[in-house]
Amino acid sequence: MSAPRVLVVGAGPAGVRAAELLAESGTETIVVDEGLRAGGQIYRRPPAGFTRPYGALYGFEAAKARALHDAFDRLEGGIDYRPETLIWNLSRGIAHSYGEATGYNEIPYDALIIATGAHDRTIPFPGWTLPGVFTLGGAQVALKYQGCAVGRRVLFCGTGPLLYLIAYQYALAGAGIAGVLDCAPLGAKLRSLSGLAAAGGVMLAKGLFYTAALRARGIAVVQGALPLEARAEDGRLAALRYRDGQGAAREIACDGIATGYGLAPDTKLADLAGCAFYYHPAARHWLPVSDDDGRATAAGVYLAGDGAGIAGADAAETRGALAAYAVIADRGGSVPMARIAALRRRLARARRFAAALDRGFPFPHEFAAAMADETILCRCEAISAGVLRAAVTDLGATEMNRAKAFSRVGMGRCQGRVCAAAATEVLAAALQIDPEAVGRGRGQAPVKPIPMVAK
Amino acid sequence: MSVTDSDVVIVGGGIAGCATALYLAQRGVAVTLCEKGLAGAMASGVNFGGVRQQGRPLAELPLARRSRGLWPRLGEIIGDTCEFIASGHLKIAHDAAGMADLATYAAAASGHGLDLQLLEGAEMRGRFPWLSPTLAGGSYCAEDGQANPRLVGPAFARAARAAGAMIREQCEIIEADHDGRRFILTAGDGSVFRAARMLNCAGAWGAELAARFGETVPLTARAPQMVVSEPTRYFIEPVLGVCNGDLYLRQISRGNVIFGGGYGIADTGTSRSSVLPENTHSACATAIGLIPRLAGLPMIRVWTGIEGYIADDIPVIGPSRTRPGLFHGFGFSGHGFQLGPAIGEILGELLTDGKTETPIGAFDIGRFAESTDAPSP
Repeated sequence: MSAPRVLVVGAGPAGVRAAELLAESGTETIVVDEGLRAGGQIYRRPPAGFTRPYGALYGFEAAKARALHDAFDRLEGGIDYRPETLIWNLSRGIAHSYGEATGYNEIPYDALIIATGAHDRTIPFPGWTLPGVFTLGGAQVALKYQGCAVGRRVLFCGTGPLLYLIAYQYALAGAGIAGVLDCAPLGAKLRSLSGLAAAGGVMLAKGLFYTAALRARGIAVVQGALPLEARAEDGRLAALRYRDGQGAAREIACDGIATGYGLAPDTKLADLAGCAFYYHPAARHWLPVSDDDGRATAAGVYLAGDGAGIAGADAAETRGALAAYAVIADRGGSVPMARIAALRRRLARARRFAAALDRGFPFPHEFAAAMADETILCRCEAISAGVLRAAVTDLGATEMNRAKAFSRVGMGRCQGRVCAAAATEVLAAALQIDPEAVGRGRGQAPVKPIPMVAK
Repeated sequence: MSVTDSDVVIVGGGIAGCATALYLAQRGVAVTLCEKGLAGAMASGVNFGGVRQQGRPLAELPLARRSRGLWPRLGEIIGDTCEFIASGHLKIAHDAAGMADLATYAAAASGHGLDLQLLEGAEMRGRFPWLSPTLAGGSYCAEDGQANPRLVGPAFARAARAAGAMIREQCEIIEADHDGRRFILTAGDGSVFRAARMLNCAGAWGAELAARFGETVPLTARAPQMVVSEPTRYFIEPVLGVCNGDLYLRQISRGNVIFGGGYGIADTGTSRSSVLPENTHSACATAIGLIPRLAGLPMIRVWTGIEGYIADDIPVIGPSRTRPGLFHGFGFSGHGFQLGPAIGEILGELLTDGKTETPIGAFDIGRFAESTDAPSP
């Protein structure tokens, strides 16, 4: 077989480890990444010249972050690396890229490793479009990338391991914290503790550490909360009204909110590649089908990292390596079987842990389903939940794409990335069907908005 | 296995099929419509959304005129205005030859009662200062406009259903026969539909269905490509077209600029189509050539859909030449959206009265039978 050309999309933990092994094997490797520097979201590196040390930037994960950055830096010259570049479409074995500095280009490939990661999963609430309301990940990026906080008094609200981690990172950086509202029901978390302990005692210990550290700083941590409304004064975010675990309405003053309910995989490129998808009922989202090594159903397409299923940064590194070995093996190259077996075992452990997290921090779909009719659901097109419900009750939509066509939900500049999770739950409730039966919004290019040019 | 008997069975739930179902149901005809996917989801739902008379083949103008009378009344007819607005349509000429063509067309169209206003370069730029200064001029039709295609087919289907039509979605017809007495159609799930009269509104799949009754129509499935930008300040009032050019463009009041040009890949087997990125770039470049200030505007989505194009660029409308009781209405060749509401009435008249006042002779399916029956030279 002729020497293959492998395109890796994404330079987070998965993409970096994949590129490393491909380059090592002598495979022609192209890495395209939207970021300015490799590292992905979790190990995002500040721009050159920023001096916050690894310990401050990445906490317990400093050593892993450094190892990943160093691994990628060693690849310099050995791979074709294209930062600040988006793959906006795939067509007949050619990836179409756009970068502000480099313009539009075509990248033919023999194999494609999609390591595009994940983004925050949010649930709209009244006031969520006010300036000052960020996603959890967005708040973390501001801190990691440029040493900024999203407010002087930031309120953290949501579920999942990132909630406490990011609040802790803010506290450590000296940012003002208004409080932490944990929206997961306590029962679910306790039930999943045994699973978490069995699968990843260290990670569990870290979670407890963050919580204790926040409490030690006198930061209010509210369990079983439900956000009601972000309130503005003089056009600026002033407070979040919420219901506490006992059902009492309360309010916390804040000028920044970081909110999120776990992660949603970035699967648009896999969709454009023609991959088959399946519904993951515990995580409540759709995922591209892949085997243990990341082979997707579309020929020559491989999946790695959280885009193949949310399992965290360590699993992403593992999956990146497995996908690279799969590409090499499928092209007739020799691969270390014992090492692959060990990687597969490691991935299986990470998946068990991820499954426990899904149980411990279930997506609070009932918040989305109960959203008031007036609440803006799709912020790009300014469409309220009531309009989406009317697409069902008045216009007869019975699934996602038709509801989108009637209501415009998900038709704006984010193409549903932000609102699809909540829109699915609103539809499932309105139709009284399982969210799987609501279906999946068709992926359409471009992956993100790109400018029209005169050629 | 269910058997459904009706007076009329319609294959294809695009605007033409659904509008005919509505017409028939309102007149007490027992009508069943079989749609392989969802009503109005293929070409009827993903087209450009232009509601245009100007520039059509002259044979289509009587139909387009009739349809134009229906568009502003959709609210009362089907309970949804479908966002129709008469925003005007400007057909642009790049050069003097193009202007001459526009003048010739305007003269011919006036015979059909279509009022077109020729605008020389300076006048056109005075009126639409955002157009490129290199353009020679254009022809303006005030009563043309645009609508939201995603809403139209489903709204006709809902109205037809409310009027008593049976609309069967996810119902693909895989066999079509006539037992000497009536048509017998079999769906993929085994359901059988029987009726004395049958209407073929199967769009890009219409030629295949016609062939089952021995009628050949030279139809090619193609996938016209579209682009939509993110919203920008509303400034493009008329819908735009170009002489001898493959670009059409409109802006909706929400600010999004929508335009089409070029073709992607159409697969009638899977009913899927895909965009060719290089054609997206060409369409963008052409659009910027017309309206320079569009340069740099972000596009947020591209799409395409499957449309049936007939070799002579006009549809097949009318009775079968081989099988009494069979009628056709398909192959609108990329310009059926505006005609849809009138097609429902015309086909409805044919199915109930056997005739229509609207001249449809040019669309006779027999025009292809003659050429195929002709002895080879």
